[in-house]
Amino acid sequence: MASIEASYSDKVVRQFAVMTVVWGVVGMLVGVIIAAQLYWPALGFNLPWLSYGRLRPLHTNAVIFAFGGSALFATSLYTVQRTCHARLISDKLAAFVFWGWQLVIVAAAVSLPLGYTQGKEYAELEWPIDVLITIVWVAYGVLFFGTIAKRKVKHIYVANWFYGAYIITIALLHIVNNLSIPGGWFKSYSVYSGSVDAMVQWWYGHNAVGFFLTTAFLGMMYYFVPKQAGRPIYSYRLSIVHFWALIAIYMWAGPHHLQYTALPDWAQSLGMVFSLVLLAPSWGGAINGILTLSGVWHKLRTDPILKFLIVSLSFYMMSTFEGPMMSIKTVNSLSHYTDWTIGHVHSGAIGWVAMISIGSIYAMLPRLLGLQKMYSTKLIDLHFWMHTIGLVVYIASMWIAGVTQGLMWRATDPENGTLVYSFVESLNATKPYYLFRLGGGLIVLSGMLVMAWNVLRTFRQAAATTAPQPVLSPAAADARA
Amino acid sequence: MIPGLITAFLLVLFVVGCILLWRPGVKPVLDEAARMPLDDDKEEQA
Repeated sequence: MASIEASYSDKVVRQFAVMTVVWGVVGMLVGVIIAAQLYWPALGFNLPWLSYGRLRPLHTNAVIFAFGGSALFATSLYTVQRTCHARLISDKLAAFVFWGWQLVIVAAAVSLPLGYTQGKEYAELEWPIDVLITIVWVAYGVLFFGTIAKRKVKHIYVANWFYGAYIITIALLHIVNNLSIPGGWFKSYSVYSGSVDAMVQWWYGHNAVGFFLTTAFLGMMYYFVPKQAGRPIYSYRLSIVHFWALIAIYMWAGPHHLQYTALPDWAQSLGMVFSLVLLAPSWGGAINGILTLSGVWHKLRTDPILKFLIVSLSFYMMSTFEGPMMSIKTVNSLSHYTDWTIGHVHSGAIGWVAMISIGSIYAMLPRLLGLQKMYSTKLIDLHFWMHTIGLVVYIASMWIAGVTQGLMWRATDPENGTLVYSFVESLNATKPYYLFRLGGGLIVLSGMLVMAWNVLRTFRQAAATTAPQPVLSPAAADARA
Repeated sequence: MIPGLITAFLLVLFVVGCILLWRPGVKPVLDEAARMPLDDDKEEQA
């Protein structure tokens, strides 16, 4: 039997993988509830902790930081060990990261419905939780970079570059945007004010998308797409250019969230230009992932995990075309504040982030548990089609609703310049699409329940066989290559 | 002035990095690096 030092530290990976599924179900369930509230407002039952304004940040925090975050912890800690041929530097630190992150999620799940919020989108959590996030994140950074430092191979694989950039940048974004003066245990005041506050918030908000929801998941793509396809990445050169171009450009695009606001006009234009430039590295990376299947396209017919991974890249390409287009000021004047933005965000979140996460968890779990495959490949295929159909229904309904809203809000009578439609008329026009959105969300959530069942049965199958996996040669005792 | 020079320097650095990356001598190293996710499959087969 392999010794502790010569095997991988996989307990934390298994824990985060399971919690990815659990928080995915919870986060999407809250999303379905608030989608139902938009169609039937009475579903709030006049209870403040069930109101849309409190549950919506619970949904976004749950799907981004609980579901997406757990997937990233699981896959990054799995990938860094396999590509560095080294065990994590500390099991205790790994356990601290896992339990610390779960504590953050539970604190969010309690405090947000109670109405404790900083009022900053995606950074709602109050300062004591922000401090806890910082501590856990630093521990995660030490764990990840410490493992890279003691690697037994010379080269640092490109997936680790993406994960590393995400860890460093999220630390920077989180600390700068949450600088505030506490006014008690549950209230704080931002050190920024006015348009500076808005600019810092959307520098954070956009780069939370850029580095949490894009860069890190590209790290996932660069490991699990080649792994599942059984072929090396199409162009390793392109992956390096992709990395440097992406991280250099993403930081500048935040102002496109503030078009036609009090932000200086030059800053708005800067955000638009950098958003347009961002299309090049985004598509370069996605094409690199998709072309990895060159020569093995036939696997798409029989491998639903590969379908999840490749279709996620298709949605990544769609979203990264749509995003720059929406940042163009003339397009933004139609799309901003409408449901088109909601459709765009969910095409990225359910299409790119969730599909690459789900595909990677399906790819990783059997290997992690010493099995040949998941309990049921047919159920993975069923999940793929439920997820894809639900997603398409969701985003198509939001696109139609959004464009309808934008056109109705800007329609004026040429005779006297007055508005043609009242706001409530635009609400009436878009209401049917909210029912389609709810239906799409329900299908996606049902797919997650299928995944939960499949994962549970896979764990049961593995209960008798799971053994520590030996570290790849050159092993701990060998010299650095 | 200084931020402009820094931006220009970083742009030149990026272009030089790309040119260095496309040197023929680098290819075998990159090809080997690209196979890293497949290492454990190879070991299992062996």
